[in-house]
Amino acid sequence: MNKSFTKEEYSQYVKSVSPNSKLFLNIIKAFLVGGIICVIGQVIFNWLKGRGLDSDMVSGLTSAIMIFLGAFFTALNVYDELGRFAGAGSIVPITGFANSVVSPAMEFKTEGYIMGTGAKMFVIAGPVIVFGICASILVGIIHYFII
Amino acid sequence: MAERHIGKQTVIFKNPPSIKATASIVGPKEGKGALRQSFDYIIPDELWGEDSWEKAESKLVRETLSKVLQKGSLSNDQIEYVLGGDLLNQCIAANYGLRETDIPFFGLYGACSTMAESMSLGSMLIDGGYADNVVCMTSSHFCSAERQFRYPLELGSQRAPTSQWTVTGSGAALLTSDQTGPYIRYVTTGKINDMGISDVNNMGAAMAPAAADTILTHFADTGLTPDYYDLIVTGDLGKVGKKICLDLLNMNGIDLENRFNDCGVMIFNTKDQDTHSGGSGCGCSATVFAGHLYKEMMKGNLKRVLFVATGALMSPISTQQKESIPGIAHAVSIHRSLD
Amino acid sequence: MSYINAFLVGGIICAIGQVLIDKTKLTPARILVVFVVAGVLLTAFGVYQKLVDFAGAGATVPLTGFGYTLAKGAFREVEQTGLMGALTGGFKAAAAGLGAAIFFGYIMSVVSKPKAKR
Repeated sequence: MNKSFTKEEYSQYVKSVSPNSKLFLNIIKAFLVGGIICVIGQVIFNWLKGRGLDSDMVSGLTSAIMIFLGAFFTALNVYDELGRFAGAGSIVPITGFANSVVSPAMEFKTEGYIMGTGAKMFVIAGPVIVFGICASILVGIIHYFII
Repeated sequence: MAERHIGKQTVIFKNPPSIKATASIVGPKEGKGALRQSFDYIIPDELWGEDSWEKAESKLVRETLSKVLQKGSLSNDQIEYVLGGDLLNQCIAANYGLRETDIPFFGLYGACSTMAESMSLGSMLIDGGYADNVVCMTSSHFCSAERQFRYPLELGSQRAPTSQWTVTGSGAALLTSDQTGPYIRYVTTGKINDMGISDVNNMGAAMAPAAADTILTHFADTGLTPDYYDLIVTGDLGKVGKKICLDLLNMNGIDLENRFNDCGVMIFNTKDQDTHSGGSGCGCSATVFAGHLYKEMMKGNLKRVLFVATGALMSPISTQQKESIPGIAHAVSIHRSLD
Repeated sequence: MSYINAFLVGGIICAIGQVLIDKTKLTPARILVVFVVAGVLLTAFGVYQKLVDFAGAGATVPLTGFGYTLAKGAFREVEQTGLMGALTGGFKAAAAGLGAAIFFGYIMSVVSKPKAKR
């Protein structure tokens, strides 16, 4: 091209002509859906607690049930529709973690139940476990030395 | 001296090949888009009776080839070459789609520019006297592309407003040495052009400089002016990339406002189909050309068209290694008649 | 009352995630990593426990709550069994969630098929 931008100018220019996300609307949607998912968690939590289970049991079971729900609605092909609407509102709750486990497992089933479903299950959620566990070990070690 | 090579990047044909027939098969979403009337067949669902997206894409290729041969009244053994490719790793849609055809095959990878790339090379084969009948084709499939380049279909993620929607579809053009027209008169081969855009959700911006460069070079090499063409149409820049390309051309003193469009903008109903910046993928320019544009040329509504298919040459690996996205664009100059 | 707190705090945590997605172009996988690590750190600094006391599921259901569970588990095991607990505590506390994710995840993906988006 005879006349053109430098790379820096081009990047500035592209930013100016590319539409931005509708941030305000997206935040409202994420807030509402994320809030509702947490309320569902609270309902389950209160119900289990009302049955007289001890508190560790209640937390563990609540997570397990929420994860089940996330996996279930992913399998019904509706969680992605929710995600399209809610963005982080359905990614950040633990149901979204379940969605990130089940969706690649479903997608790669065509490559077999072991190397497809089994191996690809954690392509998105794997880093969460790696970083979560490593961080917890690090703070656990620090905790050991300061108590 | 190569007498048919003019200027920097352009070839002019002595015996311009004709496009004898085209065929296009698209997915259900494209079948509800703005150009739905122009396609040969709309598949009922994205799997089309197969058990994987990749096999469904191969079936698109296979069926599009038989459709174009049927429309051109030729059989497999009358075709000297098929030139084609797709977006999948090792071009498996084309490899498996064409495996039982018994036709010599050159596999191509030009990302979404493959349709113009195959037509460029096919024209050279015919003009050079190496073949009489060549099929040029390509395909893409939303679902197979999503899982290779983005995320699993069921992952609840949001698409960026600049992102584009990979077209499910396959388009083919049958090139012959017969003097029937429409003719391919020039091809201008693009250079790899990287302006440093690394956002995979804004591929229009990554490819627009390549498109503008190829269009400018085409005019410089041939001495033609923009008003020579009824339509200059890019492959899959989308809404954002189309605007950028027009701006880049304007900076160089070329105003195409009324005779410029983009296949990615044309194929969907951008208002109610939720495709953000528009369509993309090899199948986008291929089906819009094989369906809409070819039919408009045959009707006489378009006499001269510059078809500029655009490609983004990255892979998920280059993206993860923080590389920017190189773009490419190839131009094919198509004329209803030779006067 | 507990429902209102859960709604507000859960909603706000997700809204922060939305700002990160739209403003930083972080991919979903990175967002999840940021949230779980943030949960671990906030728990270590003693902040997250207060949020959990106030909002219940509003703080435990978002992925920061997964980080909270991991860190709390590591602390508890360290206190009970010493240094070894740093290695075992996180997994122990998260076992129900991880077990559910693997088991339900596998079953669900075996019985279902992905569908094309429209």
